[in-house]
This record gives sequence, structure tokens and C-alpha cells, in this order.
Amino acid sequence: MENRTQRILLTSALLASLSLGMSASALAVEGDSSENDERPLIEPDVEPRGVKESSIDTENFELGFMTGQISVEDFEVPWFLGLRGAYHLTEYLFVEGNLGYADAGETSFERLGGGVQILEDDERSYFYYNIGLGVNLLPGEAFFGKNYAFNTNFYLVGGMGTTEFAGDSRLTLNYGAGYQLLFNDWLAMHLQMRTYMYDIDLLGEEKTATDIQFATGMSMFF
Amino acid sequence: MHYRKRRSLLSFTFLALCLWLFGASAFAQSLTGQKVKVLEPYLELRTGPGEGFPVFHTAETGEWLQLLYRKTTWVRVKDTRGHEGWASVDAIRKTVDANGQAVVFKEPRFEDFNSRRWELGALGGDFDGASVGSFYGGYWWTEYLSTEVGLSQILGNFSEIRMINADLVHQPFPTWRVSPFFALGAGSAFIRPKSTLVDVENRNEDSVHFGVGVRFYVSDRYFVRAEYKEYVVFTDRDQNEEAQEWKIGLSVFF
Repeated sequence: MENRTQRILLTSALLASLSLGMSASALAVEGDSSENDERPLIEPDVEPRGVKESSIDTENFELGFMTGQISVEDFEVPWFLGLRGAYHLTEYLFVEGNLGYADAGETSFERLGGGVQILEDDERSYFYYNIGLGVNLLPGEAFFGKNYAFNTNFYLVGGMGTTEFAGDSRLTLNYGAGYQLLFNDWLAMHLQMRTYMYDIDLLGEEKTATDIQFATGMSMFF
Repeated sequence: MHYRKRRSLLSFTFLALCLWLFGASAFAQSLTGQKVKVLEPYLELRTGPGEGFPVFHTAETGEWLQLLYRKTTWVRVKDTRGHEGWASVDAIRKTVDANGQAVVFKEPRFEDFNSRRWELGALGGDFDGASVGSFYGGYWWTEYLSTEVGLSQILGNFSEIRMINADLVHQPFPTWRVSPFFALGAGSAFIRPKSTLVDVENRNEDSVHFGVGVRFYVSDRYFVRAEYKEYVVFTDRDQNEEAQEWKIGLSVFF
């Protein structure tokens, strides 16, 4: 009698564990059903898995938006909206791409001149894009109260690009500096000062325009 | 008119937001569940992904660490007691995985310079007195021969030129660190004269070119590329035009 109860109990336990084992092996990535019967009654719930480099998520790309004000030389200081992407080559070095858009204003001559228009309305749209290199110079930590510490970077950027303004595209050099505050490993805030320089002959003789931009924005790593 | 301006700003905002959200959804903070065991006497965990960040914890021999994600040459890890920090890829290389195998990170090296197939780069320079900026992508069919497609923007005093070019590139010494190459190609140019000039129309012109250059391996997956090209532009006038171009830039291979 005892024997029979034991047998029933053992069989049901074996069945239950087998079905569990089978469903587990069906779930497992590299389950091998032919070895099912050779498995011990109690299975370890974690199968040993090798480490594959490709399945570790890398977060070297950064994408974000920037906004702020840009001083368009002679044409007021409009708000702009921009996109910024970066690829981090090393902890120090990154490549960066920017594009942005602003609606430039009027020169003081136009405002005082009573109806004089130097540019048509659609020529006042100010569009820029550039690529460049950046270097993280002063990595650090910033503290908020006693419980929070955020990683930060002070970085320098410089690059080359194009400014489309007043009906023409102009080669534009830019350089600047920024401060990045990382809320966590994938969300960051930026503060940036940048200078754009291009040659323009719109108001008489050719000169080098210097457009200074103050930008703030958010970015995500992925 | 004001309405139009506002609309273009709005549509731009919308585009920017869409792109940003796309980036956000592409970000998947996956817990890989991959574990490694420390073999060295200790493994340092830092507060940030950089050698300057302070070490706040050390994992001991025999401890298991979960690999979460990676930024440049740093891996975010979590130990069994919940400490999370950044370990260098070099330190993770000295650990073993659950199968007892040493962990391998295949960093691109000089040996990969001539065996990887894809390359991408950005270059800047001079095109017949005007400044030129360009992007290109290439595919190496063998270690000697590749095809490339490039887009250039040339900003001169009198016009803006946008060019698309296709090239056949041959490098005779693929194993050299500074590897010279020869290029032969053809392209098409879209020429837009400056708006301050009067009575000039946009025009399209075709061109052929040959070039010489070097690819100079720096480190990791990066190399510097410098090239000189000579263009013959077919015009509808009696004479064809010639133009010289030199460029230098940074490229990556995959």
C-alpha cells in the first residue's frame, strides 16, 4: 500500500517536473529536447549562458533637440529650434551633427526706413546644418542636495557646415562649448554657446558675419 | 505671410519632435541577463563611464556581475547585492561567463582595417578655389576593390554646386597602415548661381574624374582619408571645364 502511494506520488511528481521541464525548455533559447530524460529531477532554473558581445546594448548614439536664441547679425535675435545628433567614439571624443531653423527679423535700416525691404519674407528663413568634432574635457559630477549626484561633461565642439539665409547657401564655420548634465545613463540636458561664422555681401561690401547662439536642450542615448 | 512663417516653424517643430520620439522608442534599455564571474582579486566599479570618475565599489573574486549595457569602452554592471556601476571593457575581458569561457569583446583593430566591408566618412577641402564638404559611403568587394557613392556641396563666390559621384576605388597595398588608393568615377552636378547675380540660370552638368589618395588607420574603427581628384566637367559650350579638388576627413569602417 505504502509502496503504491509512493509510486503514485513519485510518478505524478515526475510528470509535473517533466512537463515543467519541457515548458521551460520550450521557453529556453537553446533548449535541447533529446536530453530531456537525462535531466535531473530538480532542474536549475537558470541555464548557463555564454556572454555574447552583440547582445549587450551599446549606447553610443545621442539624439536630441536644442532651442534658444541665435543672434543673426544685422537681423535681430530670433528663437531657433534645432536637432542634434552625436556618435561617441570614445569617452572623450565624439562626432556631432546639427541642424536648425530660425526666422530672422529686420535690420534697423528696414525698421527706420519706412517700408524698405531688403529681403523677401521667405528669404528671412535661416537654416543651418553642420558636422563637427567634439571633445569631452572636464568630466565630473554635480550634486543636488545630499541624495543626488549627476554625471556631467564640459565639452568643446567645432565644425563646418552651411547656412542658408537671404537666398544663398554659405559655408559656415562654427565653434563653441557646452555643458552636459546626465539625469541618468540615457537622458541628458545641454547648455551650449556656439559661434557661427560665414561671409556675406548682402549689405554692401563683403564681411564675415558672426552669429552667436545660446542653446539649451535635451538628448537621449541609444 | 506671417501665417506662412509660423506654419513652417510649426512643421519644423513637429518634425523635430517626431524624430526625437523615434529616437526615444529606439532606445531599449534591455537587461541582457548576461552574467560574468570575477576572476581577478578585485574589479573596480566607477560612478560614470570614464576613467576620471571615482571608484565607489569593488567586486571580489568569485562574485557574479550582470552586464546591463555599454557606453564606448565602459560596461554598466550590477552585482548580486544591487550595486550598479561602470566597469571598463578591459576589466570585463578578465572575467568568465557562466560556461567558464573568457569573455571576448571584439574591438575593431588594425587587422580589421582591410577586412571590414563597409566604410562611411565626411571630408572637407577645396574645389577649384571654393570650399567643399562631402559625405561618402563605400563597399569593399575585395580588399583591393571598392565602389563608393559620395555627395558633395561646393560653396563658391558665384555659385553653389551639389554633386553626386560614383567611384571605383583600388588600393594596391591593403595591409599597409597608410594605404594609398586610386579612384575613377563619374558624376552629376547641379549648379545654382548666387542670388545676387543677375540673369543666370540653374544648370546640370555631368563630369568624370580620377583621383589619388590615402587611407590612414588611426585606431579602433577610425581612419583619416585624404584625396586629390581631377574633374572634367562636360559643358554645352565649346570647351570642357577642368577642376581640381583636394579633401581630408574622418572615416569609420564597419
